[in-house]
Amino acid sequence: MSHAIVTSVAGPVVRARTEGRFHLGEAVRVGPRALLGEIVRLGSGELTAQIYEDTTGLAPGDAVAGTGTSLSVRLGPHLLGQIFDGLLRPLHADPKHPVSYDVTPLVGPGERVSAGQRLVAVRGPAKDQFVLVPPDLAQGEVIAIETGKFSKDETVARIRDADGSDHEIALTHTWPVRRPRPVARRRPADTMMVTGQRILDSLFPIARGGRAAIPGGFGTGKTVLQETLAKWCDADVIVYVGCGERGNEMAEVLHEFPKLEDPRTGRPLMERTVIVANTSNMPVAAREASIYTGVTVGEYFRDQGFNVTLMADSTSRWAEALREVSGRLGELPSESGYPAYLSSRMSEFFERAASVETLGGAPGSLTVIGAVSPPAGDFSEPVTSHTKRYVRTFWGLDRGRAQARFYPAIHPLQSYSEDAEGLAGWWTANGNPNWRRQRGRILDLLEAQAGLERMARIVGEDAMPPAQRLTLLCAGLIDDAFLRQSAFSPTDRTCPPAKQTAMLGVLMRFFDLAEAAVARGVRVEAISRAGFFRRLARMGEEIPDGAPEAFAALAEQMETEMAGLGQEVGDAV
Amino acid sequence: MPFELGASGAVTAIEGPLVFLDRVVKAGLGEAVEVEGADGQVRLGRIVALDEERIVVELLESTAGLGVHDVTVRFRGEPMTMALGPGLLGRVFDGVGRPRDGGAPIPAMVRRRVDTGTINPAMRGVPQDFIETGVSSIDILNSLVRGQKLPIFSAGGLPHDRLAAGIAQSARLRGAEEAGFAVVFAGIGVSHDSAENFRAAMEQSGALEHTAMFLNLASEPSAQRLLTPRYALTAAEYLAFEEGRHVLVILTDMTNYCEALREVSASHGEIPSRKGYPGYMYSDLATIFERAGWITGKEGTLTQLPILTMPADDISHPIPDLTGYITEGQVVLDRALEHKGIYPPVNVLPSLSRLMDQGIGDGYTDPDHPALAQQLFAGYARAARVRVLSSVVGRDGLTEADRTYLDFGDRFETEFINQAQMRRFEESFAIGWEILAMLPPTELSRLSDAQIARHIAPVAAGTGAGDG
Repeated sequence: MSHAIVTSVAGPVVRARTEGRFHLGEAVRVGPRALLGEIVRLGSGELTAQIYEDTTGLAPGDAVAGTGTSLSVRLGPHLLGQIFDGLLRPLHADPKHPVSYDVTPLVGPGERVSAGQRLVAVRGPAKDQFVLVPPDLAQGEVIAIETGKFSKDETVARIRDADGSDHEIALTHTWPVRRPRPVARRRPADTMMVTGQRILDSLFPIARGGRAAIPGGFGTGKTVLQETLAKWCDADVIVYVGCGERGNEMAEVLHEFPKLEDPRTGRPLMERTVIVANTSNMPVAAREASIYTGVTVGEYFRDQGFNVTLMADSTSRWAEALREVSGRLGELPSESGYPAYLSSRMSEFFERAASVETLGGAPGSLTVIGAVSPPAGDFSEPVTSHTKRYVRTFWGLDRGRAQARFYPAIHPLQSYSEDAEGLAGWWTANGNPNWRRQRGRILDLLEAQAGLERMARIVGEDAMPPAQRLTLLCAGLIDDAFLRQSAFSPTDRTCPPAKQTAMLGVLMRFFDLAEAAVARGVRVEAISRAGFFRRLARMGEEIPDGAPEAFAALAEQMETEMAGLGQEVGDAV
Repeated sequence: MPFELGASGAVTAIEGPLVFLDRVVKAGLGEAVEVEGADGQVRLGRIVALDEERIVVELLESTAGLGVHDVTVRFRGEPMTMALGPGLLGRVFDGVGRPRDGGAPIPAMVRRRVDTGTINPAMRGVPQDFIETGVSSIDILNSLVRGQKLPIFSAGGLPHDRLAAGIAQSARLRGAEEAGFAVVFAGIGVSHDSAENFRAAMEQSGALEHTAMFLNLASEPSAQRLLTPRYALTAAEYLAFEEGRHVLVILTDMTNYCEALREVSASHGEIPSRKGYPGYMYSDLATIFERAGWITGKEGTLTQLPILTMPADDISHPIPDLTGYITEGQVVLDRALEHKGIYPPVNVLPSLSRLMDQGIGDGYTDPDHPALAQQLFAGYARAARVRVLSSVVGRDGLTEADRTYLDFGDRFETEFINQAQMRRFEESFAIGWEILAMLPPTELSRLSDAQIARHIAPVAAGTGAGDG
């Protein structure tokens, strides 16, 4: 291995005089404590490395040792259910964590196998997983394959490749974080990732393999939304990257997820979750790496044929880490001090999200949802504006809504989903052929509300014609009854597609009935005071999942009372 | 043990707070240094950059009076540490932990680094359980939870000092753990009179004996302000995690801290970020605020109540903006409310406590507390919108429902937010329901029918204002 001698230290950046060969991106060990670093610049006889740990105590003259490999992480069945730092080193020193896994072979000795194929099934403390033929081993023959209990570093299979050399396959392997894992091909993103959030699934849906951004100033509910998605979206595996965020949030996930149950499998949510935590007070260079670590872990599970969702909270902190290291390297700053390569680094990251056919031929997907923390909540700043160019779904959080404690505080007029058009087919196949039309009607009403509210501010609501006041009432009801959803309510925290369809159906019927009623002279106030109206506004909270009869009863009550309102008008006239 | 090495005559230059030395000894980044001038005064510093020829030391005290040829530099061979032991409470220290009340130094039972404290997230306990502050707008709407960091966003001329002193005196846990409660007050670049006012207020209420004060006064070197919160938090961690107390740390004023950070960064010639503040200000503030919390298996907790003054009342200024991204919410003071004579002038709409749900409700306060808070927020937000409307179309142009909201908003401010003295939780809770009862039940969409029957109906029946 190559060696170098430290010549200067400033913050997380170390320069060293080299004796031997190094390559760019190589992982190095620095000083008596063997701090982990990565080479970011190479000159003749000199290298510059960013250090992923606290550099206190480092001095010129300390040794730098090359590792010969790029910055890599160890992937394997030990990841699920656990918490790691930005370089995938375990943070949990839990002695109870079992060290052995049940291994069941899926192929026999003598069989021909190819890259990405499933070799053995692994059963451990978390969900069942697989060990694959490594992606860089194109073809081979199984020489030996094991059954029984194994620890994560033991060999479970031996494969002889075309050249006749043998490869030992353990439960774990390493992979360089900055290199995307190969796939057979990309598939179209035409399946919805069900989030259980009405405003997302019904208005701004995201496809499996899609890319979304959640920008919002502080206090607008980014983190609560990310956690809600991590809890209730229908992914097989969740990778939660806490990038430069609060330690207490990580603690919260660690304490809460084991107690919550995945509604689809009945298993604790923690069993499908990997947490990568680089909290705001941990070394800044590791924050930059943590995003890549997270996406590499996501690809690892995708390659086993799982649908994976990666939550990155927040990509702004990652960009700031990039800026900080860039500044220490003395690079020329671009917009707002960020390095000029910010945009290309972001596109590389988001492009790793995809719906794919794996090398083994199975479908898999990696969906990426990144929170963005724009300074002063200003969406025109560089990180938000670049992110907008690389995501297909944009869930903009609104301070006004958050201040009224209207959660999720997603602004329906600022948000968009390019996936929506392609997902109408999914909704049709899942029980709502009218979804596209209903979604359009809701967005129209919300758009009209914004215009009418401006008008009401000038002439006063009392002076507006009844039809316009009805529009305001309907839009208000959409907000209250449909878009608002409490993350803390046991009934309403997640809303399956069937319930969303039922709620949309009742709302559409209400719009029709109310328009007809106003047309025949019923006062708008009379509608809002009717008994069913409060039930309508609280239906998400009051009607549990899988109770279509309750929606039918509500619709019936509405029909009767609305007809009654018509009657009163008739009586009065 | 720290080793000491003299380095007399090695200084090559002194620029502002920075002292440049020839590299005559092997010293590591971040290690503590003492620089003694011809005047015999010992100044504290730390190593901020190193290469093969030079060592750059940043002094945390004034460099005036130092000469290139007549200083002695002692290398401690370890990062800055603080000696800690029993007897911290009731004492007053300077910005770097030296007694300033004339008392004896603290017996050094342990030495702790002042700038460590990366709590492993896997070792953290989840902040929970309610701290009653006595302020309705905090207790009911933005509850403080043990282990939380909840800053007060204030501005020049607003009564943040009075509010902080009030909370420090009346804050209590709802359990029976009164004895384990302690306050650490860090004055960062504060004026002598506000430090004195705080001390006098604590003394009057008898709370001084469970308080430790760390004061860096406005007249003292600004570079030292970078250390004051760290010394105070090191002491607080000792009180919380070794003596098992529930510690409330008041850091005031964090704006002075950030100003010092900018000043020092500029003297290093670093590339500035927004408004001249260094690009690492977020990470730097995080190393302070993230020291709040509690650790699994330890008895005590560390709760932070930092105070900052928003320059030009601007909440989007980098200091409040970055702070808001790190802390778990914020309490925002508002000049308009202050002008109306409301005390404390807490504007609840931009205020937030992120951890509220972990400290209120069944088992902590009252099962209906979350719903009450939700409905009060929704009502007051609507009232704020109606106010804007009425300023254009006038009260007469409003619908009847909107007029009710207008009255609701006024009563909410004068009866709920405004308080002459500290209130118990139950008192605040009752006032909240009483005001909500003004609104017709059809407007209370955040409350269940049962909650209306339990809390709203009795009030409405009592005053005869409701229609049943």
